[in-house]
Amino acid sequence: MAKVRLSQLAYSRSGDKGDGSNVGVVAYTREAYELLEKELTSERVKQHFREICHGKVERFEAPNLMALNFLLHDSLGGGGSESLKTDAQGKTHGLGVLWLELEVPDDFPVPHPA
Amino acid sequence: MTKKESVLIANGQGFWGDSILGPIRLVNEGPLHYLTLDYLAEVTMSIMQKLKSRHPEAGYATDFVQMLRRVLPVCREKNIKVIANAAGVNPQACLKAVAQAVRDQGLKGVRVAVVEGDDILSRLPDLLKEGEPLANMDSGEGLASKLDAVQSANVYIGAEPVVEALSQGADIVITGRVTDPSLVVAPMVHEFGWSLDDRDRIAAATVAGHIVECGAQCTGGNFVNWRDVPDMARIGYPVIEASPDGSFVVTKHEGTGGLVNIETVTSQLVYEMGDPAHYITPDVVADFTSIQLEEVGKDRVRVSGIRGLPATDTYKVSISYQNGYKASGQLTVAGPDAVEKAKLCADVVFQRLALDGVEFSEDQRLVEIVGTNVCHAGIAASPRDPAEVVLRLGVRDPDRTKVNRFGMEIAPLVTSGPPGVTGFAGGRPKATDVIGYWPALLPKTKVSTSVHVEEVE
Repeated sequence: MAKVRLSQLAYSRSGDKGDGSNVGVVAYTREAYELLEKELTSERVKQHFREICHGKVERFEAPNLMALNFLLHDSLGGGGSESLKTDAQGKTHGLGVLWLELEVPDDFPVPHPA
Repeated sequence: MTKKESVLIANGQGFWGDSILGPIRLVNEGPLHYLTLDYLAEVTMSIMQKLKSRHPEAGYATDFVQMLRRVLPVCREKNIKVIANAAGVNPQACLKAVAQAVRDQGLKGVRVAVVEGDDILSRLPDLLKEGEPLANMDSGEGLASKLDAVQSANVYIGAEPVVEALSQGADIVITGRVTDPSLVVAPMVHEFGWSLDDRDRIAAATVAGHIVECGAQCTGGNFVNWRDVPDMARIGYPVIEASPDGSFVVTKHEGTGGLVNIETVTSQLVYEMGDPAHYITPDVVADFTSIQLEEVGKDRVRVSGIRGLPATDTYKVSISYQNGYKASGQLTVAGPDAVEKAKLCADVVFQRLALDGVEFSEDQRLVEIVGTNVCHAGIAASPRDPAEVVLRLGVRDPDRTKVNRFGMEIAPLVTSGPPGVTGFAGGRPKATDVIGYWPALLPKTKVSTSVHVEEVE
């Protein structure tokens, strides 16, 4: 098995959704999507954002877009307009998820450079 | 009316504060039939109510009128129609300003429509009496207990009144809180003669509206692979080429900067997404899991296959309320030992406030040392000893005086703190309103919208 960063398998975008953020993760290839569907669980994402997300993480799938959508509840320090945080709208959470490391088979076609 | 084979709809403004170059370049640099502009966010409405309470002629997006002055002649010449939710909470004042702008340009025969009915602030007590709880969609709490603190209340209305305005020959349609995608749905319905019950087509138009609603965010803005985006300074704002069957192409004008491909479009499709199978607007419930994307040329993505479910029988209401006060300020701390000194500064501020009897609980304080991973805390590696950092301090409290007292204790660090503290610009941070957001639902039967069209004399 080889270690890769999520940024080598997918791109992303995030924004605010009430007191939390949404993090959309879109695979570059169908193989990468199928791998992420198995490996990139809500638990995995929650663990990754443990210092940012204080609520639960929900996951939705849109296989037609090769996209997984995560809702990170209670991750903005009180919602877009109430929060004091620099990133009160979770704009950077999308790049944050791409730091996540995953194990892939040695011969897995990694679509994007590190 | 002759039905067009293709209708070109652009969005030139992703939010109030977006670049004025977006709309100006859209009307000048390529073919276009409709220019839509989105000015409203949740917080915007409460700011506008506040402005209106101080001045009866305020409370709409003044940027819109300034922009209009610059694009009106070319819009007139090319017959580009303008649809903007710029009316905020003062549609009549917005109408007056728009009419004045039209007159100042010496243009004749311009028809301006105003769509109203979204602003239910004054109706809230009656609605509660009628048994509408207007319960917070997140917490379930009824609105009654917060009524005195409410600053604005607006229903997200749909495409229907905008379609009506267009059918009455409006050249410019200004609206209150029309849902962003509906600004794009309306011209398609009008041009192609669709029924508002044709849910697959309405869903398709809604997806088009969602893709363009943040302006350049679908044409290479905020894109992960930013190095691939050419000529970002001249980024093209998005144009939808809509077809009568509901399929459409996302593109931008030839020769503009930016990038439209499956990745830039999909990035925007997932933006602010909840459950992709149920994207709810007043017009329809769009199923994003049915979307098919195909690159059909340079900077051209075809979108098709979209299915819709019937619209719900409720409108979403966006209510804002006063929820205390906040302030934040910042200082730059130069090294050596920048992080350690920044931490000391933060401790000193809160200790000095305590000496004066002013205390803030832990969860009402903010201490961020920018440069040490405040955005990706616990995720990315943090530099061990950055050459300099920015210290951001903030507080939140129901007591305005306490919040202002906090603001007075930041600058003194320059002379009575550790060495290398600078960058205290902009004066003392002052208390500003914390605006609470209260999303609720209201049966559609409780809301009636109105359309008024007039030709500017």
